[in-house]
Amino acid sequence: MAGLHKSEFQNPVINWIDSRLPVFTMLQKEYGVFPTPRNFNYLWNFGALAMINLVIMIATGIFLAMNYTPHATMAFDSVERIMRDVNYGWLLRYVHMNGASMFFIVVYIHMFRGLYYGSYKTPRELLWILGVIILLLMMATAFMGYVLPWGQMSYWGATVITNLFSAFPIIGDSIVTWLWGGFSVDNPTLNRFFSLHYLLPFVLVGVVFLHIAALHITGSNNPLGIDVKGPQDTLPFHPYYTIKDSVGICVYLLVFACFVFFAPNYLGHPDNYIPANPLVTPAHIVPEWYFLPFYAILRSVPDKLGGVLLMFASIGVLALLPWLDTSPVRSARFRPIYRILFWVLAVACVVLGVCGAKPAEGIWVVLSRIATAYYFLHFLVILPVLGKFERTLPLPESISRAVLPTGGGGPLPGGAAAKPMEKA
Amino acid sequence: MADSAAAPHAAPNTGGAEVTKRDFLKLVTAAGAAVGVGAIVWPLVDSMNPAADVLALSSTTVDLAPVQVGQAITVMWRGKPVFVRHRSAEEIAKAKADDKGRLPDPMTDAARVKPGKEQWLIVVGICTHLGCVPIGNRSTEVRGEYGGWFCPCHGSHYDTSGRIRLGPAPANLAVPPYAFEGDTKIKIG
Ligand code: HEM
Ligand code: FES
Repeated sequence: MAGLHKSEFQNPVINWIDSRLPVFTMLQKEYGVFPTPRNFNYLWNFGALAMINLVIMIATGIFLAMNYTPHATMAFDSVERIMRDVNYGWLLRYVHMNGASMFFIVVYIHMFRGLYYGSYKTPRELLWILGVIILLLMMATAFMGYVLPWGQMSYWGATVITNLFSAFPIIGDSIVTWLWGGFSVDNPTLNRFFSLHYLLPFVLVGVVFLHIAALHITGSNNPLGIDVKGPQDTLPFHPYYTIKDSVGICVYLLVFACFVFFAPNYLGHPDNYIPANPLVTPAHIVPEWYFLPFYAILRSVPDKLGGVLLMFASIGVLALLPWLDTSPVRSARFRPIYRILFWVLAVACVVLGVCGAKPAEGIWVVLSRIATAYYFLHFLVILPVLGKFERTLPLPESISRAVLPTGGGGPLPGGAAAKPMEKA
Repeated sequence: MADSAAAPHAAPNTGGAEVTKRDFLKLVTAAGAAVGVGAIVWPLVDSMNPAADVLALSSTTVDLAPVQVGQAITVMWRGKPVFVRHRSAEEIAKAKADDKGRLPDPMTDAARVKPGKEQWLIVVGICTHLGCVPIGNRSTEVRGEYGGWFCPCHGSHYDTSGRIRLGPAPANLAVPPYAFEGDTKIKIG
């Protein structure tokens, strides 16, 4: 019949649907037989983990919203009611609360994996940029979610972060008033944050879809950072990687459960169990742990506008990374100097995180300035220059040659020596 | 416009330099659409600005009589804290002396109080850095190196005139609009 998709599924019901809307064919192609490099290590689990995490956040969030009241005088009490009176409300909230932290743990590891193995390099630039957009959306979502319980940290965190925009000359104050819907963080602010906190996760779903779509055009990178040369270099996604991802998911859920059941408030701040008070700022306000490195960059600059710009720039440079790193070799395994500098960068980020949690005085200011300087130096100076000078190690001929004990059996198709992109 | 069969009304392609009626229509349509989109988006954006009830300038009346010399109170105005401080003679003298000191946001003390009412300093209690409420309204609290207020969030020091002296804040504590309605009564707003 004209216009019907030729489905290969035997089951008559599936076949009938698939002929009219080939979703089963698509799933089979993209997640069943999808050719995936055979040498993934466990760092390649974290994309799947992030997807699971997003689903968990949306599921728990929708049920929390059924009992939550977005009003300045009632929000705090409604969250306490969720904790004490609603059946399993404590579980929903603790999963959602710690889920946000797990989400950032997973995504940060996912990103550092990309940094180490050069996954942002051509042809995966757009895939990487979509990732940076996902990070920004996650940050906005988590920030607005943290405001919802309307505790002291919610209130003052919202005040400090929205005030960042007042740093912009001329229009700054109008922007802040517009964000607040008033002259201070108040009920209109809480209402719009709830609305957006509900919306943005679904925008995230959309961007994640594009992220995956782009991934399935270029195919995955792998620990060797060299291109797939043929079928001997790949495995079908199912069952090989569905199983490997499942193992990772078990470990992830174990860690998640440890937080939820044994230390549900470990990553939070006790002051958020004090109802918001617009007249008293807590002596020491800190953002959630996942924002600390950015907060440290903000505070490392003595100038208000400068600090704000530098903080946004710290994410901006990530989007430019595919063009800042000039080395044609992807994986740090074959880049002896980059491999060390990668860890220096990782340490700088941890130092920034620690500094962000400390009061902005004495040694912490000095340390955060050094770490901030290295962060930008790494991306803006070292990476562009290093690519020109570094003597990279010889790349293996193919994935199968490198990872199979027998050397991958059989000759490579069509004399596929490493292409110029992979050779230094 | 290369495919003249698909676009029968298009002028023959003469190298692309010629401006046709169709180009004009396209421009007008695009411009019209842009205005239309703007007209639709603006109400959405503006709905997020302060609503009429929020704007309705709420004013607060404050009785100053119970505030002793050296004391300060905090009152709410437009959802913000306002500091009302009864300054001592030394504090006023210090503020005046500092008029010529190093001020990141230069302003004389006289310009920040009402003439003849120099003992009353009335400022919005919001740090001009990122909006925390500075401490120091209670005499038992830390008042910073200049004896006014200290913002613990990122370490801004204000003097006894509420002027920024040290730290990341760019401006002095704001003086709200207010008027004396008697010797010991003010109306803020
Ligand atoms: C990207 C996904 C999401 C992230 C990162 C996120 C993050 C957060 C965070 C950090 C909190 C504060 C938790 C606390 O301290 O109590 C929160 C609260 C909340 N979120 Fe989400 N959220 C996400 C998705 C959603 C969705 C999809 C909904 C609803 C449809 C939702 C509804 C709520 C509600 C009602 C609260 C207030 C209750 C509470 O404080 O526990 N969230 N969210
Ligand atoms: S908000 Fe007061 S110093 Fe930053």
